[in-house]
Amino acid sequence: MPETLRKTALNSIHRLLGAKMVEFGGWDMPVEYTGLIAEHLAVRTGVGLFDVSHMGDIQFRGPGSLEAVQHISMNDASRLQVGQAQYSAMLYPQGTFVDDLIVHRFSDNDYLLVINAGTREKDYNWVRQNAARFDCHVSDYSDYYTQLAIQGPKAEATLQKLTNVDLSAIKFYWFAWGTVCGLPNTLIARTGYTGEDGFEIYVPSDALTSERVWNEVLESGREFDIRPCGLGARNTLRLEAALSLYGHEISETINVFEAGLDRFCKLEKGTFIGSEALKQVQAAGGPERKLVGLEVVERGIAREGYRVLDEQGQTMGHVASGSPAPFLKKNIALAFVPRACAEPGTEVAVEIRNNPVKAKVVPLPFYRKPKRA
Amino acid sequence: MAYPTKYRYTREHEWIDANGNTASIGITEHAQDSLGDIVFVELPRVGEKVERGKVFGSVESVKAVSDLYAPASGTVSAVNEDLTSAPEKINADAHAAWIMKIELSDPGEIESLLTADAYENYVKEESEH
Repeated sequence: MPETLRKTALNSIHRLLGAKMVEFGGWDMPVEYTGLIAEHLAVRTGVGLFDVSHMGDIQFRGPGSLEAVQHISMNDASRLQVGQAQYSAMLYPQGTFVDDLIVHRFSDNDYLLVINAGTREKDYNWVRQNAARFDCHVSDYSDYYTQLAIQGPKAEATLQKLTNVDLSAIKFYWFAWGTVCGLPNTLIARTGYTGEDGFEIYVPSDALTSERVWNEVLESGREFDIRPCGLGARNTLRLEAALSLYGHEISETINVFEAGLDRFCKLEKGTFIGSEALKQVQAAGGPERKLVGLEVVERGIAREGYRVLDEQGQTMGHVASGSPAPFLKKNIALAFVPRACAEPGTEVAVEIRNNPVKAKVVPLPFYRKPKRA
Repeated sequence: MAYPTKYRYTREHEWIDANGNTASIGITEHAQDSLGDIVFVELPRVGEKVERGKVFGSVESVKAVSDLYAPASGTVSAVNEDLTSAPEKINADAHAAWIMKIELSDPGEIESLLTADAYENYVKEESEH
């Protein structure tokens, strides 16, 4: 293993639990513990625990914070109330992606942006450079937090035993501060990347505290058969929910309309980085290609990079992410195809190891969590 | 996990169990463990000729595709259709879950493959890199 791989505070815990470790975005991370499918199903039917400390945390403070956040991200942060979060993205001037992120409004002049692991340095430099002219202070707090994701229908019951905050009062994509495992002023956000209900908590990143909280969450979730979950399940869970992954469905060569994320892009909020280019795409009639959901109808698994073929067998697109879906028990994929072929029901083929295999366009997301009772 | 001493092994992590001119072929415990949950097996066809060192099929886990390489040359005499509907049998017992049986064209080829001890050492060395 190259020495340059970074480790989270829970690295030795993962190894102790027998996790298979892989390199991800420059980090040494667990890909699975007992088995990907069991971990995936635990999150859909019970509860799972993820170490997502490799995610980055950038904080904006000062009177110009909102203006700066509005300038560098595509969603409308002015609509956020204190205690609320939103999915958003940073764009290049051409309307393609620097990264996607979650914006949290801590107070009137205080925002937290949670960004991806693999793009942390790039993102931070981009933010620094583009927020410089605003009256705010930008800090990278990525290394200060161990970020744990507790996900699944039993996430609330698992975490409730460890905190004084009434979790049932936190709505989806809202957050609160409270004592968690005896740690005061802990950020508890009802967010996640699994398509399931759940929480993300941010605790101090020293190994002792991180390990203690990790173990207390596992202990609390024991009655629900909680499982530690790796990046493998994280990926299949997000794919079933059709959530974008940087480098696959979003990248510096994919624009907002192509990625189908226009509902998070508020062109009417005023000018921001990327908005002019996107208005031009809109004026020109929209993008030429679109991200769609595919379900493989015949036997075969579509994977990243595989070609999507039309009825004549001609290449018309490619698979951005593809995998068996452990909960849905289907082989699914997200793929870029010409807009004319993006309608659900359209029959296409995916070239799997030199064979055209039938697939059809289906509505997204593939999986939607049941409504909370 | 013990590697059966009766079997021979390849550096691509297949095992072969030869009985006279017939041999069963599967993937090793190490291979199934590295792949994780296996969800798909692409089998060859009965009657097909397979060539030593050449791809004869594939196994896929949730995460990845892995080609299967023939440990020896011959003609496919049987394929394990069970694996089409229950590929997880490979995870459960890789050394029992044969994928295909072949009539060997040269039973002598087996001798040059790795013994259980040699394979175990090979796996150890590989994981240290």
